[in-house]
Amino acid sequence: MGTAAIQQSSALTKDGIFVEIARLLERFRAGEATITSETVIAEDLTMDSLQVMDLMMELEDRFDVSIPLNLVPEIATVGQLADTIYASKTGA
Amino acid sequence: MGLLDRFKTIREVHGAVKACGADPFGVKMDRIVSATEAVIEGRPTILCGSNNYLGLTFDPDCIAAAQRATEEFGTGTTGSRIANGSYFCHKALETDLADFYGKKHCMVFTTGYQANLGAISTLVGPGDFVIIDADSHASIYDACKLGSATVIRFRHNDPVDLDKRLQRIAHEPGNKLVVVEGIYSMLGDHAPLKEFVEVKKKHGAYILVDEAHSMGVMGKTGRGLLEQEGVDADIDFVTGTFSKSMGAIGGFLVSDHPDFDILRVACRPYMFTASMPPSLVASVRASLAKLRAHPELMVRLWRNVDTLYHGLEAAGFKLGRQKGPVVAVHINDPALAARAWHGLLQNGVYVNLALPPATPSGTALLRCSVCAAHSTEQLRRVTDVITKVGLELGIIADRSVRIAAAE
Ligand SMILES: Cc1ncc(COP(=O)(O)O)c(C=O)c1O
Repeated sequence: MGTAAIQQSSALTKDGIFVEIARLLERFRAGEATITSETVIAEDLTMDSLQVMDLMMELEDRFDVSIPLNLVPEIATVGQLADTIYASKTGA
Repeated sequence: MGLLDRFKTIREVHGAVKACGADPFGVKMDRIVSATEAVIEGRPTILCGSNNYLGLTFDPDCIAAAQRATEEFGTGTTGSRIANGSYFCHKALETDLADFYGKKHCMVFTTGYQANLGAISTLVGPGDFVIIDADSHASIYDACKLGSATVIRFRHNDPVDLDKRLQRIAHEPGNKLVVVEGIYSMLGDHAPLKEFVEVKKKHGAYILVDEAHSMGVMGKTGRGLLEQEGVDADIDFVTGTFSKSMGAIGGFLVSDHPDFDILRVACRPYMFTASMPPSLVASVRASLAKLRAHPELMVRLWRNVDTLYHGLEAAGFKLGRQKGPVVAVHINDPALAARAWHGLLQNGVYVNLALPPATPSGTALLRCSVCAAHSTEQLRRVTDVITKVGLELGIIADRSVRIAAAE
């Protein structure tokens, strides 16, 4: 499924958000390990603190939401990141 | 997990850098000879990474003023302004700075780091927003952590991106403070301030400009980027430091805000640390007077910038896009940059080594800073040494090779 399809079909479901984040994280994947909702961003991927902040910016634009820096320390896993975006997207 | 085990990655990176020959974060200066020369490990060295833009650290008038103040008022204030009182000189420096910037109010802090920490963490509070440039200095990031406003980061020097991010929070009732820098300390580029002012006006936000590297460097009279861009009146808050062009240490915040003085009893990095010692207040007053009386210092600085920037550019180095007193030589490989840095030191040239993630966009930098007091000969020597080391390490190609490749 192409990116455009993801954007249209499922970007607003939690799963759709997760799929999209996983796609953006592909380039930071360490070895063979697949990205799951339990993947710990700061430990299981090859990202430094600056790259994490830049990823947040990219996601803000991808989903048209604000992800304040204050929230970043509380986001440990990819699943939590998807939850955070879903919550700001839906006002939940 | 042990107490400091979480610094494992930093330890590894620092270890790898040291393995390239020397510790760039632990240079021992045996002796400082002048604003532009030191002795490092017994070797006479040209200082080309000290942010000493106007070269005032050895100015006889500044030294004499510091000496007199020490004799008259003692070596230190032994406390904060709220506990031990403001000395006449603190007030006088604040008056001088307010006058220099044409603003009504000024507060002096003990360092520029604390000026940002205090200003940004106190101006905005719970329910408010602080919107910072992605490449902001550590003091700005730390201020955001100390404060309780919601922190949004926008793409470096990008007014369209700032606009977009302010639009996303347009419905939020809190105050919004945009924070940018005059000259960015790593790449030496400067903010498109006019455009930022338009955006902040559109959204009813405030703007704070940190002129740390641009005070005494840009603008007709040295007020910085805001003067050069002609937006003085639109800038709500200016912070800065005395540790660069002023050749001392200390920081400040100036503004026209009518309720400014409440900050003196609300701003913790102002209230709970000892104030600037009289000697430094006196030397900064003398430096500021010097800048105001001798704007030609800036002319000399920019002439020197031309010499170094164009010299390195002609040698084939990749430099920061905007020419200025911070000249950043890009080297993509951090290990190579560390070796180059060490090579320069061994050849009597001191610059800063800057490594990711402290640098923007993952590049390593040999960060040079130009001084008004550099002689043309010194800057030629610096250019020659950087070129020699760059050729030896294959960072640049030989001129003939480059010409051949271009044809
Ligand atoms: C942009 C910027 N702001 C603030 C500071 C802090 O200044 P100070 O050295 O006075 O703490 C620096 C320098 O380190 C800086 O580069």
